[in-house]
Amino acid sequence: MTSASVAAPPRMQWQIATVRAVVDETPRVRSLILDVPEWPGHRAGQHVDIRLTGEDGYRAQRSYSIASAPEAPDLAVTIERIDDGEVSPYLAANVQVGDRFEIRGPIGGYFVWTAPLGGPLFLIAGGSGIVPLMAMLRHRALVDSKTPTLLIHSSRGFEEIIFRNELERLATKEDGLTVYHTLTRRQPVGWSGGARRIDRDMLTGIGIPPAMTPRIYICGPTPLVESAARILSELGHEPGLIKTERFGPTGG
Amino acid sequence: MIDIPIARGFFGRKKPEGQSARIPPGQHLVHDFPVLSAGPTPVPDLASWRFTLSDGDTRLGSWSWEEFNALAQTQVKVDIHCVTTWSKLDTNWEGVTLDTLLEAAGLDEAPAPYAMIHCEGGYTTNVPVEDMLGGKAMVATRYEGQPLDPEHGGPARLLVPHLYFWKSAKWATGIVFMEEDEPGFWEQLGYHIYGDPWREQRYTGD
Amino acid sequence: MERDALTLDGNAAAGLLGELFAIEMTAAVATCDACGTSGAIGGARVYGGEMGAIFRCATCDAVIVRLVRTSRGISFDARGMRCLVVAEASA
Repeated sequence: MTSASVAAPPRMQWQIATVRAVVDETPRVRSLILDVPEWPGHRAGQHVDIRLTGEDGYRAQRSYSIASAPEAPDLAVTIERIDDGEVSPYLAANVQVGDRFEIRGPIGGYFVWTAPLGGPLFLIAGGSGIVPLMAMLRHRALVDSKTPTLLIHSSRGFEEIIFRNELERLATKEDGLTVYHTLTRRQPVGWSGGARRIDRDMLTGIGIPPAMTPRIYICGPTPLVESAARILSELGHEPGLIKTERFGPTGG
Repeated sequence: MIDIPIARGFFGRKKPEGQSARIPPGQHLVHDFPVLSAGPTPVPDLASWRFTLSDGDTRLGSWSWEEFNALAQTQVKVDIHCVTTWSKLDTNWEGVTLDTLLEAAGLDEAPAPYAMIHCEGGYTTNVPVEDMLGGKAMVATRYEGQPLDPEHGGPARLLVPHLYFWKSAKWATGIVFMEEDEPGFWEQLGYHIYGDPWREQRYTGD
Repeated sequence: MERDALTLDGNAAAGLLGELFAIEMTAAVATCDACGTSGAIGGARVYGGEMGAIFRCATCDAVIVRLVRTSRGISFDARGMRCLVVAEASA
């Protein structure tokens, strides 16, 4: 076997990100607005790798979805705190404005939507799986796309809906976006959205039918993604149009 | 070169005092049981399950689930060490040692010095036979007094705790003896051919 | 076989692939040598956790690509892949 030394392509080289602002989205979820001097730009749906080096020299690396639109002036990642995780408690709780860490990206070219791809666009999110889909919705809004779009967003409770206010604003623009929330554990009094996990009845009842050949993006915990992708495939959606991103147990 | 920023208040996992003599270099202690797989978890089917010993193409012995459980069962309490740097102490296992399997197959000794462990889903790993004799390895079917969970390798996995844990192959279905050592699934990709955690043999050349 | 909580998508391993290839490999289309089905690398199933990325065919679960970072470098084994098509626009 021969070996060649590997010099990573430029987009895969580590550079320094500085935290310019933090935004608490929910009690467990925080967005970090980052300054990255040589950010090459990205497409909606891509992610970054973030690497932390501890005071004792220990290093840990995780992938996080980009939340901001390519057209937005600021690069933002949105991170859910996993209590027994290693990296997310630091990034989603301890980090302060002015802190710096290593970043590389953008990464991934599969789970990506750009307006010229068209639609209809059918987005399904579980919890923090909304993050890369939010980048798509923000991109859609900033380029004034009228692509018919449906988002089904599953959260545990009302206060845990990530980007709730912004989604509400986007949905009132009447530019073809419909947002449907389902709350799996607790629903406020008078709640008119869904009150259970995403299931076959929900996907049949309010989903975009296969005849309209929507581009489907599903992101969230593995069981949700697995189940939604299987049901949509069984309903007759073309497997090549169903793209998934599972949030696995990577230790947070 | 860039100046690497240090994350304030961020530390790696530390070894607890007093236990470091049992934790190999580069490892840290865990209390849960992390799961790592090279493929999807097979659905157990005890009715069709068999465990087979072979010498090359020659079948030496083969046991159904009932036959396997009728063999002498051995219990061990051991420490396990995963190459991804976690170690877990005092784990309790029950199963059939390779010594017992050889005896049940009517053999006085192993027919060859090396072995390849074969598993459901095509996973393989190589272990020298010497490292599996004298009670050093078993085909385990129970963990902490319970039937081994599929995600941890049930119905049966190899347990060879003095080597990195990828050698303790999950969903094991057979052992094939070989005259020459050959690399298994991870070993072909550059993981160490032997994998001694105390010598930190993680990768080829370590 | 059942998919379980350990399953990830091919795009989860895009970082490691990106260290090796100048093109965006997750958008490239691979043909599984076992069943002949074609699909984007990003849509393959990925296993292996911290040991490496084992890409399996989304249709038949056969291993198509194995990618491991060792102390000596990155190992790439693609014997389970019959053909790889890279769209020029994604290069």
